[in-house]
Amino acid sequence: MDDLLNVSNISISFTQYVQGLNQHVLKVISDLSLSVKEGEVVAILGSSGSGKSLLAHAILGILPENGNCEGDIVFKGEVLSQERKEQLRGKEICLIPQSVNFLDPLMKVGEQAIGDVPKEEREEAFKKQRDVFSKYGLSEEVDDLYPFELSGGMARKVLLSTALLSNPELVVADEPTPGLDSQSVKETIKDIKQMAQDGKGVLLITHEIDVALKTADRIAIFYSGYVIEINKTENFNDVNNLLHPYTKSLIEALPRNGFKLTEGVQPLDDVDGCPYFENCPIRDDFCKNNIPSLIEHDGVMIRCHKYNGEVE
Amino acid sequence: MKFLGYKAVRLFILLVAVAAVSFLMIELSPIDPVKSYAAEMGASVQQMAALRSYWQVDVPTYQKLLDWLFDLLQLNLGVSLIYRIPVVNVILDKFTASAILMITSWAISGVFGFVLGIVAGAKEGSWIDKIIKGYCYLLQSSPAFWIGLIIMMIFSVYLRWFPTGLAVPVGTLASEVTFFDWLYRLILPAFTLSIVGIASIALYTRDRLVNILNSDYFLFARARGESHWSIIKRHGIRNVLLPAITLQFMSFSELFGGAVLVEQIFSYPGIGQATVAAGLRSDVPLLLAIVLISTVFVFVGNTIADVLYKYVDPRMRGEDDE
Ligand SMILES: Nc1ncnc2c1ncn2[C@@H]1O[C@H](COP(=O)(O)OP(=O)(O)OP(=O)(O)O)[C@@H](O)[C@H]1O
Ligand SMILES: [Mg+2]
Repeated sequence: MDDLLNVSNISISFTQYVQGLNQHVLKVISDLSLSVKEGEVVAILGSSGSGKSLLAHAILGILPENGNCEGDIVFKGEVLSQERKEQLRGKEICLIPQSVNFLDPLMKVGEQAIGDVPKEEREEAFKKQRDVFSKYGLSEEVDDLYPFELSGGMARKVLLSTALLSNPELVVADEPTPGLDSQSVKETIKDIKQMAQDGKGVLLITHEIDVALKTADRIAIFYSGYVIEINKTENFNDVNNLLHPYTKSLIEALPRNGFKLTEGVQPLDDVDGCPYFENCPIRDDFCKNNIPSLIEHDGVMIRCHKYNGEVE
Repeated sequence: MKFLGYKAVRLFILLVAVAAVSFLMIELSPIDPVKSYAAEMGASVQQMAALRSYWQVDVPTYQKLLDWLFDLLQLNLGVSLIYRIPVVNVILDKFTASAILMITSWAISGVFGFVLGIVAGAKEGSWIDKIIKGYCYLLQSSPAFWIGLIIMMIFSVYLRWFPTGLAVPVGTLASEVTFFDWLYRLILPAFTLSIVGIASIALYTRDRLVNILNSDYFLFARARGESHWSIIKRHGIRNVLLPAITLQFMSFSELFGGAVLVEQIFSYPGIGQATVAAGLRSDVPLLLAIVLISTVFVFVGNTIADVLYKYVDPRMRGEDDE
């Protein structure tokens, strides 16, 4: 099957001015590649502040002005220009944003969910919105609430609804679960899987391994601005099926670590060698001065010099 | 409702305090009502004595204060020295004229300031933004009377659209002036006050809108494919309007100050002109009454701002803490 979304060699950096006129380039995402097929959920797993939201924003063409993005974003075989992103967003590509702050505080959520529709289509849009809301168990009173009156779980569902209402082909969900009780988390996971079953591609951004494992078909591991491994979810059941030493340590640490990622994964300033060099148990001198590239093996992607084509 | 009752009590206490303080200040000041009255009227020695007893010169201050406050409660504010009619009538007459001037320019500056602010904010960084911003900074840093003089120079002296001296004799009643006379006299002062008032509201609106343009919900609206102007219309104006109106109501005190100057420049027969006249010619009863009515005016503005803030914004509605 063809890729719905193909992100190839994306780098995102910010030009900042420190102390007057000294320019400083902060590189947040380096050489990131991943793909999402129709009906597939791909999770991207990275710690807080590692640039996950920026990736989502790059796909939708809403990066901040001082951010620059290199590399190609290919949607259904077409390289997306900024203009094309502007045409597609809200229609074929939808963002489910990270928090309730992404809703207008002074607009009732029902009205907000339908978005900007022409007058003559409003009635129908509201009907559809009611359908989607009730599917998520949001009663009619919820339509007339303001965002600040929603509970965390309700807000999540409203945000999910905004995406469903435009019936997109690709959904980019930015951390849909934090702050939810376990029941709501379960429901959200179910809803996302349902989207995939309906044939949509989902890029799920999260820092919770648990959620990624339960939801995704494939998981991309994000470390220090690099994707270091993309593997099938079933391979995460067995450490021996994983390729990168960081992924292994991650999974090994799971129960004890309370599902937390190890520290030291913020984007670093330019490194000359492997981003995982400092913490790597199997490093050698070559790793110190050469950045490994992301190579594909059997549908699995890995970025490690020590990987020699077979699973140990 | 509880809130409004509370506000009414506050206003009452405030008025009593303002009345007492301004009364005492006049008592302690070198203004001698008997002398100024005599100067106005030209009085004989017997008349002077009568005046002394009328003005209770020999009664202790606290007694006078209490008497005055008591009269005040009955809306008996005495007789104006310079207009020679009851102060209440002077106030009604002058204040109506001023209120029309102030409300007109208040509304005009509000609407135009808001529109300019929205345009500037929406086009942040563009030449039109820079022009609007520059214009506002220029206005903010120039005093109202100076702008009034410039406008008078342009429209009265240079273009000759309006006569320079628009004065009507002191004491002329509004009823003796035709509606068009009055409208004619209103134009320049209202224009001046509007221009002066635009700056702060425009800059505020612009600032708020720029903040919104950097907000998460603006980002999300863009991500949903809404166009820039549609977002400004749907989300920008919605979120800026209420605080902007609130600010506009809070500006009643500046409005009053501006009106005093502008009325003086254009000889507009309003409360501002009456204030200056009352001050210069020691018309104590009128002066005190003006102090009180301006207190009420500013208080009403602030109260409306409070009410808007507390009851119209859905985020504040639930919390009644006072
Ligand atoms: N406009 C900007 N200018 C400079 N740096 C920025 C800018 N926006 C984001 N960053 C940096 O990019 C990094 C990544 O931000 P991002 O919001 O993508 O993180 P995240 O992975 O989504 O984190 P979280 O899990 O908290 O949502 C942050 O460390 C932040 O400092
Ligand atoms: Mg984020």
